[in-house]
Amino acid sequence: MLEPINVSLASLNLATLAPMLIAIVGALAILVIDMVKGGLHKSLYVMISLLFLLLDLGALVDFAGLFMKNGTVLGFFDVMLMDGIAILSQIIIVAGSMLFIPLALTSKRFHEYNYPEYFALFLFMIAGFQFMVATDNLILIFVGLETASLALYTLIALHNRKKSFEAAVKYFTMGALAAGFYAFGSMILYAISGSVEINQIATVLAEDHYSNIGYVLVSMAFMIAAFGFKLSMVPFHTWTPDVYEGSSAALAGYMSIVPKIAGFVVAMRLFEFLVHSGVVWLQVILYIGVVVTMTASNIWALVQTDVKRMLAYSSISHAGFVMAAILIGTTQANTGLFLYWALFSFTNLGAFTMLWVNRQKNLLPGQSSDHPYEKFSGMVKTMPMAAVMMALFMLSLAGIPPFGLFWGKIYMIGSAVSAGYTVLALIMALNSAIAGYYYLKLIVFMFMKEPMVGYDQFYFMNASLSLKTIIGIAAVGTIFAVFTVNPLLEVITLFVYNSGY
Amino acid sequence: MIDHILTLLIFFPALAAMLGFVVTKDSMRAYGIAVAFIEFVLSLWLWYAYDPMISGMQFMESMPLIPQFGINYLLGVDGISLFIIILSTFFTLIGIASLTETRRIKDLIITLLFLEMTMVGVFAALDAIVFYVFWELSLVPMLYIIGAWGGPLRIYASIKFFLYTFTGSLVMLVGMLFMAYFYYQATGQWSFSILEWYRLILPENFQLWLFVAFFLGFAIKVPMFPFHTWLPYAHGQAPTIGSVILAAILLKMGTYAFVRFSLPLFPDASVFFMFPIAIIAIIMIIYTAMVAYAQEDIKQVVAYSSVSHMGVIILGTFALNVEGVSGSVFLMLAHGVVSGALFLLVGVIYDRRHTKLMSEFGGLASVMPRYATIFGIMMMASVGLPLTINFVGEFLSLLGFYKQSHMLTLTAGVAIIVGAIYMLAAYKKMFFGTVMNEKNKNLKDLNRTEYLGLIPLVIVAIWLGVYPKPVLEPINNSVESVIQLMHDKAQSQEAKARIPDLSGKNEIIPMQEAH
Repeated sequence: MLEPINVSLASLNLATLAPMLIAIVGALAILVIDMVKGGLHKSLYVMISLLFLLLDLGALVDFAGLFMKNGTVLGFFDVMLMDGIAILSQIIIVAGSMLFIPLALTSKRFHEYNYPEYFALFLFMIAGFQFMVATDNLILIFVGLETASLALYTLIALHNRKKSFEAAVKYFTMGALAAGFYAFGSMILYAISGSVEINQIATVLAEDHYSNIGYVLVSMAFMIAAFGFKLSMVPFHTWTPDVYEGSSAALAGYMSIVPKIAGFVVAMRLFEFLVHSGVVWLQVILYIGVVVTMTASNIWALVQTDVKRMLAYSSISHAGFVMAAILIGTTQANTGLFLYWALFSFTNLGAFTMLWVNRQKNLLPGQSSDHPYEKFSGMVKTMPMAAVMMALFMLSLAGIPPFGLFWGKIYMIGSAVSAGYTVLALIMALNSAIAGYYYLKLIVFMFMKEPMVGYDQFYFMNASLSLKTIIGIAAVGTIFAVFTVNPLLEVITLFVYNSGY
Repeated sequence: MIDHILTLLIFFPALAAMLGFVVTKDSMRAYGIAVAFIEFVLSLWLWYAYDPMISGMQFMESMPLIPQFGINYLLGVDGISLFIIILSTFFTLIGIASLTETRRIKDLIITLLFLEMTMVGVFAALDAIVFYVFWELSLVPMLYIIGAWGGPLRIYASIKFFLYTFTGSLVMLVGMLFMAYFYYQATGQWSFSILEWYRLILPENFQLWLFVAFFLGFAIKVPMFPFHTWLPYAHGQAPTIGSVILAAILLKMGTYAFVRFSLPLFPDASVFFMFPIAIIAIIMIIYTAMVAYAQEDIKQVVAYSSVSHMGVIILGTFALNVEGVSGSVFLMLAHGVVSGALFLLVGVIYDRRHTKLMSEFGGLASVMPRYATIFGIMMMASVGLPLTINFVGEFLSLLGFYKQSHMLTLTAGVAIIVGAIYMLAAYKKMFFGTVMNEKNKNLKDLNRTEYLGLIPLVIVAIWLGVYPKPVLEPINNSVESVIQLMHDKAQSQEAKARIPDLSGKNEIIPMQEAH
């Protein structure tokens, strides 16, 4: 007869689940409210989501305090891992979501926001991302990844348009493929090391001096493909522009920020120990991947005629830029990753929100897509303030100082220089110059061309007070970033360093 | 207040620009003039309070910005930057005062005030990142000025201008980050302070590639010979005010940065690259002079002549001795005054006839005698007639380089004299002879607004040509300390020999205090 196993409740450390549970409880609460009394206005659900996210954030801040005092917190037989990067990335995930969810309060009515399920799915998705980053167990990562992705596919499809369905199906197919790759990769890792925990895999591999290097490489090939899809690295990026174009601008902006940071953290956990233990092949592949992702997507972005597609390609390029941190792998680079992404969230959210407020229900005759460049032509004459805001976000994305992203950019390039990747640093710098052109193109349209008849009726058509507030927050965050960089750097460096990255 | 005068000088125009959104359109020009005037007076006050006997930085301000990464808000002026700051405020005032543009004047003036902030910021910054911030930020207002108020090809010209400079400066940024990392390795601390960097002695091979990285950023801005192609477009398409500010001040950022960064940070590399750069500078002088001669558009003539003179500035800078560098800094001011004035003058005739083709003119001297006189004076100043402002700078620059190489200096000198031909030819085509074109018969001579802009420039051009001492002396003092620093830091034998040692000369300097 089997011995009964005694597990004391305290050793499980249930508290490590608190942040995710808050999000899940929030989602369930929304479903319950809908069951009790249907047909309530979306503003209620937005506020409830916001409140639960606030609680979630509070729990995370609490963990941050705990981390500063006691270091990493483990729970559930070491499945949950609340280390510095887990806490940081969750804070970015939750804070990004809090800025995103008020975008539902548009002045026009949209199909998807009538369903309370939309908000429930949204909270489930956040919980999924949180699980994904707060563990180094390959299985839990998988579960978190799939929870989040499935919820996200549905959210895209709920935007009731032909292109949205196309986008959702495309994303779903690609996502399924990536999930398959991920499963294969983990399977091989488990086969050669007998463990599903990344740090144990690392120990086992190091102990037998990578004698199974062939298998490691095969599993890494699968993993790179899986994360290539999730982080939209070239050549696995093909879904990105279509999916961004198909989903609402708000959701596209969200997709360019939150799912990616979750992906980065997992990639960081998985790839960095391998790069550091001298798996040269992986290093070379990552190097090529980073350079090609940055450069190719920049060049594609040059020829786009639609602002949303341009931003899609630009976000691929930014992701490639940040992937460099995983290749470089120093504490400075990893700190740069979080700094960059925190600043990028503000700016990119602002840019996509500007598209969202200019959303039109029907296309004009001859208009090929939602946000062609011509739509913004001469905007400074009709809506000067809006044009200035949009230009601000574009300049920040281009890396013009002193706006937000510039500081992330110099820190990243600086980390490449300090780690001896001088050529990479030059490539990163020159890519910023290429990117300058397409961001400038929108500024040229807004400031230097004459307004086109017909489009000005759509400017700010979709705006409401809460959307304007979000734009305001994004703008303030972008302009005054210089004053937030130092405290951010201090905290991030502390957290990243103490987590051993 | 005098302790924070540099911050005040930088952010006063920006603040005023912000408030300017409230001012109504009709009153905007008066508002702009008032702000630019206050700013100019502030910069004169800076000159008054500046102690010309001290060669180092004055009015230093320091505030931590991102201490974690060694970035501080660090400002200061010495004799080199002081006068370029005054030149910036002066030209913004002149530019706004003589503004004839009527389209969207409010936007234009607000943009100009923001531009003034970035210009003063570049010259006052002593932290590389702060410098870089203003350097890059100055592109945005200029992009808008060219792109929104320019000629038919304005969008192409403005984007070309932006991308060229942006690319160059990004390479420079990598160089800066490398310098900071080098400093970190040497001292265990991050720092972007230029003054701290001055203390570093870099190995020569590092110096070489860092010099190239910085050089790309600066050379595109100047613009030096193979990188100059953006400038004729920018000048050709820009409105008068844009060309004036571009030629008078924005181009000086590049040459100023050579003196501030390249020379003291990389003395060995400067000596190593001295002759290649001098040859590029001479090519620049001769080639652009020839191109200028072939132009049919008077504005292009002025634009190419401006590039040609920038070559002399570069030559003087890379003489690497006190005469050459002081001369080049003085020539930066002179070039600012003269080419700024010439662009204003071209703007005057363009406003009347809406063409810049020289073939459309001829015999203007009989119709617009006063205009012809001022144009003549400025043209003479441009070709470097003695007793005008350019002569002092050109003479010192060439004198400086003469100590390094006789042959190259003689070539450059001859080129400058030959260069006078195109200016004189252009003048002849426009002003002499009889009035052939009917449209030119009834042109009005200069009006009050135009006098307001041009007379001060004429006064400065002649005053500093006759008596350059009040400006030249502070420049000289600061340049001496730069050269001494270079000599002390130089490692190779050749660099030690090429860069003069001034430490023995210090006893002689007090003689100048006699006045």
